[in-house]
Amino acid sequence: MKRKPWIPARWAPYVFISPFFILFGAFGLFPLLFSIVLSFHQWDPVAGITGMHFVGLDNFAYALMRDDWLRKAMFNTLWIALVSGIPQHLVALPLAWFLNRAFGRWRNAVTGAYFLPFITSTVAISLVFSSLFSKDFGLVNAAFAALREVPVLGWLMPGQSIDWNQPGYTKWMISAVVFWRYVGWNTVLYMSAIQTIPGDLLEAAQIDGASARQRFLHIVLPLLKPMVFFAVTLSIIGNLQLFEEPFILTGGTGGIDQAGKTAAMHMYAVAFMDGDFGTASAIAWLLFLMISGATWINKRLLGARA
Amino acid sequence: MPIATMPGAAPRGASPARKRARAGESRAALWIGRLVVLAGAFTMLVPFWFMFVFATHSNSEILSMPPPLWFGHSLGDNLRDLLERLPTFWWNLLWSLWVGVATTALNLFFCSLAGHAFALLDFAGKERLYAAIMLTMLLPGFIFMVPTALTMSWLGWTNEHRSLIVPGACGALGIFLMRQYIESAIPRDLVEAARLDGCSEFAIWWRVVLPLLGPALGTLALITFIGSWNNFIGPLVVLRDMDRYTLPLALRSLQGSGQTPWGALCAGAAIAVLPLLVLFAFTSRRLIAGLTAGAVKH
Repeated sequence: MKRKPWIPARWAPYVFISPFFILFGAFGLFPLLFSIVLSFHQWDPVAGITGMHFVGLDNFAYALMRDDWLRKAMFNTLWIALVSGIPQHLVALPLAWFLNRAFGRWRNAVTGAYFLPFITSTVAISLVFSSLFSKDFGLVNAAFAALREVPVLGWLMPGQSIDWNQPGYTKWMISAVVFWRYVGWNTVLYMSAIQTIPGDLLEAAQIDGASARQRFLHIVLPLLKPMVFFAVTLSIIGNLQLFEEPFILTGGTGGIDQAGKTAAMHMYAVAFMDGDFGTASAIAWLLFLMISGATWINKRLLGARA
Repeated sequence: MPIATMPGAAPRGASPARKRARAGESRAALWIGRLVVLAGAFTMLVPFWFMFVFATHSNSEILSMPPPLWFGHSLGDNLRDLLERLPTFWWNLLWSLWVGVATTALNLFFCSLAGHAFALLDFAGKERLYAAIMLTMLLPGFIFMVPTALTMSWLGWTNEHRSLIVPGACGALGIFLMRQYIESAIPRDLVEAARLDGCSEFAIWWRVVLPLLGPALGTLALITFIGSWNNFIGPLVVLRDMDRYTLPLALRSLQGSGQTPWGALCAGAAIAVLPLLVLFAFTSRRLIAGLTAGAVKH
């Protein structure tokens, strides 16, 4: 017996996918549109919706021309993005190749160690890091002091304990934590791409006498190009909106002289500390433009035919 | 290491011998490489080690030089200190669990439904709608911070955990994973047969498809729960009161002014991280496969 379905079959697919669109409409699209409107207004939220005054591009002009902290935060963001991002990929690419061929049945365990930081609570682990980076009892300084006794390597070590909260060092500290957190993620991305390379291709090269390094440089690397593009895109989007790590490591303040304040942190402060939601929205869209621009440049550089 | 001297001794000219020499050369390099990579893996784990070690030491022990490298006896004291500074700690833990479990359950439901539609049904605009969903994954999270906080305050959802659960109830990544899995794992004939027998589409999903989705549901549950458990920015802009905080917010509040209670803080951090370590130990392969699935496809 055919029962009459309570959803007409024709409508079923649309009903099935509707939750995403309903939720995204209410909690994604609407906030986004509102944020665009807000970026052209000055608004005192206490006065309610009537407290909104259209100010044209004033918020953008203020953010770009007169907000010195924003300029500094943008600089910090780019600095940290590059210093933590570039080494991530330079390490992850050969590491993925090596992990994939040199560890046999230990491969998953070793990969897991590198990947673990990616899935742990940023807040919890950043709090631990702020202890490891303390000036007088921190382990990072203790490690440097120990390495100072080692010949050759010791010459590269700083002469005394570093105060990581001083402006000159804050960004290094943040970059180190960001590197630590995401290098395993990129390695795993590259490993999964390497595993799609046909085995016979590498085997044939090996039989022809190509060394592991030659196989990596001449076969693996060119074939990984689409994945490099994808992974770098993710890094750009992630690094330019960096928030949690610097927020925790600088105690939410941005550090001395705001040396560790990122653009997303500045936006947060303008909105939730100063209560200036209009300017904060303008900053959000400026940052969005910056991320889009960086992604576009990346596409021109690496995306080519991908 | 002695193998490294081999290549020089290998006879020149004959190509098989040269190949063997090369293989010998790379064997030494292989071991050096393995050592370096293992040392790196070890370094990655160092912060976790000290989190657990410090959780068992008093503040003065942690602040001494050299710092303790092995477990001490102050775990109980640190937990007491933690509960004194954060009287709401158990509530915070409970809220983190609640938000994680609720978000996960909703994602399993909604994403598998949507994945079912995209994988097994044909309808007008299907691929465009799918592409639109995938595109939303590229939207950076921070542009939602300000307007989300305002939206929630209009809805009267500030300080309510549903302001975290409802917006995250149907993620794009989940839809992607479900579509992939259903397309590869569900035999079309089975679905056709059920359809001919007069099953409604919902019944097909519930009786035929869902029971076969075990592995994909497991992977999605892991990813969703971990994401929710670690979420900081979301709660930061919508939760106001200490007794409503989720775990990451509560831990952060320990960071306040004055001498940081490192022992208590590490004990709290360890409690937040330990469940993830346990989950990871048993599911790392599935978790990594799920998280990278999207990347390989693109």
